[in-house]
Amino acid sequence: MDTVGLVLIRSLILVVALLSLFAGMTLIERKMLGYFHLRLGPTRTGPWGLLQPVADGIKAFIKEDIIPRDADRLVFRLAPIISVFAALAAWSVIPIGPPIQVGGVTIPLSVADPPGGVLVVLAFGALSVYGVTLAGWSSQSKYSLLGALRASAQLISYELSMGLSLLGVLMLAGSLRLTEIVAAQASLPYILLQPLGFVVFFISGVAEASRVPFDLPEAETELVSGYHTEYSGMRYAMFMMAEYVHMITVSSMVTLLYLGGWNGPAFLPPVLWFLLKVGLLLFVFIWLRASLPRLRYDRLMDLGWKVLLPLAVLNLVATAVATAVLG
Amino acid sequence: MLRALARGMGTTLKMFFRRKPTIQYPFVKKERSARFRGRHELRRYSNGLEMCIGCELCQVACPAAAITVMPAENDPARPNSPGERYAWKYEIDMLRCIFCGLCEEACPTDALHLTREFELADFTRESLVYNRDRLVNKHTSDFQVPTHVYPPYSGWVPMHGPAGGDGAGAASGGEAPAAGDTPPAGEAKGA
Repeated sequence: MDTVGLVLIRSLILVVALLSLFAGMTLIERKMLGYFHLRLGPTRTGPWGLLQPVADGIKAFIKEDIIPRDADRLVFRLAPIISVFAALAAWSVIPIGPPIQVGGVTIPLSVADPPGGVLVVLAFGALSVYGVTLAGWSSQSKYSLLGALRASAQLISYELSMGLSLLGVLMLAGSLRLTEIVAAQASLPYILLQPLGFVVFFISGVAEASRVPFDLPEAETELVSGYHTEYSGMRYAMFMMAEYVHMITVSSMVTLLYLGGWNGPAFLPPVLWFLLKVGLLLFVFIWLRASLPRLRYDRLMDLGWKVLLPLAVLNLVATAVATAVLG
Repeated sequence: MLRALARGMGTTLKMFFRRKPTIQYPFVKKERSARFRGRHELRRYSNGLEMCIGCELCQVACPAAAITVMPAENDPARPNSPGERYAWKYEIDMLRCIFCGLCEEACPTDALHLTREFELADFTRESLVYNRDRLVNKHTSDFQVPTHVYPPYSGWVPMHGPAGGDGAGAASGGEAPAAGDTPPAGEAKGA
């Protein structure tokens, strides 16, 4: 049986793995962006710039931790913690492979596998708005506040189309449990049955993670740095951590819901298939960042409410009709 | 709109796989042209005497007023240059210099030369005013003292041989005709 000790060990492994992945992603993103820009990216910190995350980490730790005079000190300190917590907690229900058998004990490859796993991920995704909003609110800076308002407006509008496009998958799989959704895609990944849902979900996911071209909350041309303008040092790094973990979360959700999760030809182990697909999506994230300019704010809202939401509803209705007719 | 998006993404992807033109600068340096104009040097003749005769033409030619030359008479016993005068003080303000090379063109003895060295950054203004100690090349060049211009000289030579070197001085001036045609006063010792 799954014991408390095993759960704790898995949680520990998960947090360490996610934070290392975050460190690795900062380097990979800079390298990839460099390659897109006909540059090499970091090269001086170790071979291929591999020690760049270490240098960044040291820098973040030894920077002065500034709290603005008028800031709400408690909330100001709390906000990055909420952000990181929400980002990491969403990962607690994401499985990276089928359960494995070790000495007669079945161990799921996620911290937990509740029946409503999809909802847990969505809920924690929504919770991350609190970190952003409170950060902007407590900073007592107009840029931070505007960034935070934008962030909450954006996240709320895109969450709608995200949830609606998701419903198609849930109807086809007939379950909210992530392992069962993946099992239902053993023969056919849902991207083939739900191409529209996939596109809507991925675009909303990019917006959820506040990544280019939807990085309005931190649009540096107009808002300095958005909701984390007043943050420095490690607290700033925590917001970055939350953003990157969020990006990884969205990639894994797309993988689990649409790309068949760890299903794949048998020449690779399932976990590797999962990581490969997530890596591919992360590359797309960086590719988007290298290619697309930021949307104007009203266009962002137009896209969310007038394009993606109707498309998601259409997809939902079509899927419902098809499921009812075809059984 | 979607086609435009696809084209844009395609362009960036193409760039991703293209060879990067980056030069790893401090380790690898880009080839500079033979006529590159960098840091100045004051060359020496092959026998070690300075080629600069302190004529101040470079100072006059300089459009940025970066060069200051103050000549002095050569000590006949220990001359710095084969001419009558030498640059007792020679300063180039590298912060003013525009590296146009007009000084090099103005130099009648080819003493002033712009090398290909370009990494001149430093921390203070004072250290960027190069004086003659830094400008005069420590090594001699292949230039021979033109014997049809200067009187033959086989006396003290700064670089080769010990101070007051008789043998070495004679060897470097070997192809010069026998001492006799109006030698400088210091020549008597060497001969």
